[in-house]
Amino acid sequence: MTQQAPSPPTDPLGSPMWQAHARTLFENNPVRFEPALKLSMPQIAEDQHRFPVALDARGLGEVKRMVIFADLNPIPLAADYHPLGAAPYLAIRIKLDQRTPVRGAVQLVDGSWLVNGAWVDAAGGGCSAPPVSRVRGDWAQHLGEIRGGAWPGEHGAARLRFTIRHPMDTGFVANIPTYNLETLNISCAGKLLGTIEIWAAMAEDPAFTLMPVAVPRDRLDITARDTNGRDYTAAVTVPAS
Amino acid sequence: MIVSRRGVLGGIAATIPAAAIGAALAYPFAPVAIADGVWMVAGSDEPIQRGNGGAIANITIIATPAGTVLVDSGPSLRYGEALKTVAEQLTGRKVIRVYITHLHPDHAMGLGAFPREIVAALPGTIADIEHNGQGFSDAMYRLLDDWMRGTDLALPGLPIRTDHEAFGGRNLRLMALSGHSSADLAILDEQTGTLIGGDLLFHRRAPATPTADLARWRESLAVLDRLAHKGAVPGHGPFDSSGREAIAQTRDWIGWLDSALNDAVRSGLDMVEAGEMPIPAPLAVMAAGRYELQRSVSHFYPALEGKLLPRIDQ
Repeated sequence: MTQQAPSPPTDPLGSPMWQAHARTLFENNPVRFEPALKLSMPQIAEDQHRFPVALDARGLGEVKRMVIFADLNPIPLAADYHPLGAAPYLAIRIKLDQRTPVRGAVQLVDGSWLVNGAWVDAAGGGCSAPPVSRVRGDWAQHLGEIRGGAWPGEHGAARLRFTIRHPMDTGFVANIPTYNLETLNISCAGKLLGTIEIWAAMAEDPAFTLMPVAVPRDRLDITARDTNGRDYTAAVTVPAS
Repeated sequence: MIVSRRGVLGGIAATIPAAAIGAALAYPFAPVAIADGVWMVAGSDEPIQRGNGGAIANITIIATPAGTVLVDSGPSLRYGEALKTVAEQLTGRKVIRVYITHLHPDHAMGLGAFPREIVAALPGTIADIEHNGQGFSDAMYRLLDDWMRGTDLALPGLPIRTDHEAFGGRNLRLMALSGHSSADLAILDEQTGTLIGGDLLFHRRAPATPTADLARWRESLAVLDRLAHKGAVPGHGPFDSSGREAIAQTRDWIGWLDSALNDAVRSGLDMVEAGEMPIPAPLAVMAAGRYELQRSVSHFYPALEGKLLPRIDQ
């Protein structure tokens, strides 16, 4: 006899979408709300097109997956990160289409999920207004430009930050179909350190902050692909100090 | 288009003041005399929110022999109408001129309470309101709902093309500056030496930067610092009787902000971390410091990354 899947725990935020998202994302794995999972956001959504979120699971055990999502966004999931050879830290910028819970969740090696989140008040339209570069008309001129750097970090992990010029079209703006970065890999000397699946809920010109395991003089390779099959590559060397 | 999106984080519905339930909303007015024939109506040192009806900016009332002059009009039609009544009772003379110091809605959206032809602003401010006003109006209605009832987007009818105006012999010097926005009006009441700085001056309250150019703002502060004046009315925060403290505090904050944000990008901080930077002790006197720092991170960070981080694509 098959055991019935356990229901996700009651949502402290009282979100109407919690049960549906929890079942989809976490399937039948145990889920618990964990205040020690550090989800950091500004106290105000000054710009609903570009709301910064940082998820930090360092010190909570080995993490195999990290997700950042907003319950009431039409595209709830923004990023799904596997930190294969990286400290469990992910900072990105997302769109907010209305007032919504914003959450971070991490999956431990035993399969269980830890979740934290908060309601964020936001003006409407973060997902349904055209990207600034579309309005300006110069998105194609700068498509795929990657800027960034690496910095020495703590406990054997470096700090890697980069931004990729991309319109990240949601498909909700008239006559502009969905067009977004969808996968991104970080590697060092051929060894995969992390993979991220990306949705158009990430802000235009997405920015990433990661902590891959690397020492000074290591070269970190970034490769990404968008929904048109276009590839993007970049590399940065970890400095000595 | 730049749209100010102010709000509160919360799992809580925004609270409605008790007075708002079953009673008409009313702004409290307590004009305080700051010089001979000059009063300041203090705004609250808070974000724009339902509890304060958006009345966060300081308003100045000047009694002249020719009539009453106002500097800024508040956030809504309701505020502008009440301000007109309060000011005319205070001075016993009709309002004959309303100056709008810059485009922001907490200063400009009450102007519909006055005849267009007496509302004056710099040409750049009128263009700014024309361009950004609808977005501001949408944001204000979202945040303040019934406080905004009846408020329509209105433009000042009188572009300022002179460096002074006299009202029955009371001379007001008009200074066209910029930096907090693309056009910032500062006014000197020559009779009392009172400087009305608009949002070029923040006093014991952190400066807001949604439309700021920090380098031009510093130049404008240097101009005000060279001025021979006595007290200063800041756009936000208490009256500065020294006339110098608000200038110094605003200059110190934006100077720190500029270098701190540059350093944050250069040292690899993400936007959340930059918004959590420690605020140096001398600047801790500024109310709403964390809130305004996080707003400023949103205003400046992506452009700074584009300027300071090198290309690494291949």
